[in-house]
Amino acid sequence: MAAKRFPVEAGHVLMFARSIGDPNPVYSEPDHAAASEVGSLIAPPTFVQASAQFDPDYGLRPRIGRPWFGSGRTPSGLQRPRTGDDAPRPRGGGGGGSGLHAEQHYTYHRPVRVGDVLTASTTPGKRWEKQGRRAGVLVFSESITEYRDADGELVVTARSVGVRTERAVSTDGPTEGPADGPKEAG
Amino acid sequence: MVLEAVDLNVGQTFSAVVAENLSRTQIVQYAGASGDYNPLHTDEVFATQVAGYPSVFAHGMLTMGCTGHMLTDLVGDGRLLTFGGRFTSQVWPGDDLTTTATVEALGRDDAGRPTVELAVSTTNQDGVEVFAGYATARIED
Repeated sequence: MAAKRFPVEAGHVLMFARSIGDPNPVYSEPDHAAASEVGSLIAPPTFVQASAQFDPDYGLRPRIGRPWFGSGRTPSGLQRPRTGDDAPRPRGGGGGGSGLHAEQHYTYHRPVRVGDVLTASTTPGKRWEKQGRRAGVLVFSESITEYRDADGELVVTARSVGVRTERAVSTDGPTEGPADGPKEAG
Repeated sequence: MVLEAVDLNVGQTFSAVVAENLSRTQIVQYAGASGDYNPLHTDEVFATQVAGYPSVFAHGMLTMGCTGHMLTDLVGDGRLLTFGGRFTSQVWPGDDLTTTATVEALGRDDAGRPTVELAVSTTNQDGVEVFAGYATARIED
């Protein structure tokens, strides 16, 4: 993720909390939050992922006026499915045409609060390959994103591992397996 | 809820259902809120006919978000220090997810405050692990 300006807004946090099925009022009710230990509305622990909304280059959001690879009149809005290097995809983790999210790690320096205006800067990490049992050659790549507040202080450090696969993950194979995944979801 | 070290023992487990009969609509809600509009998760036509999957499937981060719900209910608001893990199997519409947290260790942070280390596992209705991870949190003495 690279969002120069990621404003943490109450309505966005409310919708995010609903989407993960969490009715905790510390995410939605200012009076409850003010009286709680944290003292004000905060965001759920995985909320920083939604900085994608503010990343101008994020590849998994339809762009106005440009073809989208999801279905419309045809199963894909592109002439052919983009599964190669030209596939729209995020940096590091997240799913692309053939990219999936393998791991996600967060270190919290303080809670993310409604009203924060964060910046996200991402640097690439390690890259490695493995032969997978269910999806051919797997290429893993790591990225580290630092979320800082308006004072430049670290709020959350995120490490994401994405994996690109040769083909769709087979579902008729074993459901358990070694850690070389990607038996998982973007 | 705030955890107190005196009440915790290594090996103790806590568990909660974090999704029941996961709907395509909830996956759409997560796509809209997170901004990850990958059609693999929300577009059955694309997921089946172009990408070759049996149906759409949940974002890994939706599973992690549901898992985080259980953790924040357990340790209290704003108390997580770390939270991470691997997405070990796909989550499909209709799945039921249960998260289990196991006390691995009790310790202190750099400021001398008590902490708990948890092993975290989310499984589906067939007992297949879909998220395998960990968390650490600040607790009380």
